[in-house]
Amino acid sequence: MVKQYETVFIATPVLSDVQMKEAVAKYTGFIKENGGEVVYEEDWGLKPMAYPIQHKTSGFYYLIQFKADPTFVAQLETQYHRDERIIRFLTVALDKHAEAYAERRRNNKQAKAAAPAVEEQPAAEEEVKPAEAE
Amino acid sequence: MAQTNEQNREIRYLNPPTVEVRKKKYCRFKKAGIKYVDYKDPEFLKKFLNEQGKILPRRITGTSLKFQRKVAQAVKRARSLALLPYVTDLLK
Repeated sequence: MVKQYETVFIATPVLSDVQMKEAVAKYTGFIKENGGEVVYEEDWGLKPMAYPIQHKTSGFYYLIQFKADPTFVAQLETQYHRDERIIRFLTVALDKHAEAYAERRRNNKQAKAAAPAVEEQPAAEEEVKPAEAE
Repeated sequence: MAQTNEQNREIRYLNPPTVEVRKKKYCRFKKAGIKYVDYKDPEFLKKFLNEQGKILPRRITGTSLKFQRKVAQAVKRARSLALLPYVTDLLK
């Protein structure tokens, strides 16, 4: 059985851009190797944290939404535990409302990203807004 | 004594007494039709916290029980990801 999950991890702020990309590639690769499918990725960048974790006040946040077997989540979390670059992580199973929300959020982000280039952006935004109120 | 009391029985106000009309509370999730409470949006979740970062009770926010549970869950997830603090002062 395949379920949808969403995982957010916080990597140490000492990493360089290249090292961060490497870490992300490791986990997306790990998901794909184990028969999972990466649905969506989102880089939140370096964010200040609400409280210090391991004496660090900021961290690189990264979100991955993926489809995988429930048994895979434990494997992923062991990888997180073993990795010293990761200071905090959270994996959440998505129910149907969460999936719908995630999709809307994704479309919103993409619409915003495409907004400067695409001219028909207002029409697209109108489509999104009623859905949000639903 | 008894006479004066009777005379004073009819109370007159200088200003008309203000009757407090309370606004009916409502569940904002039911009203807006939101079905999923996102833990990734700390700004939204702050509406359900007091200044110390504690979760406000339903009797204040008016949230329905179903969504209060979801809000609580989302707040706790956000806290563990350091999007919201566990304890603080002057959150707002």
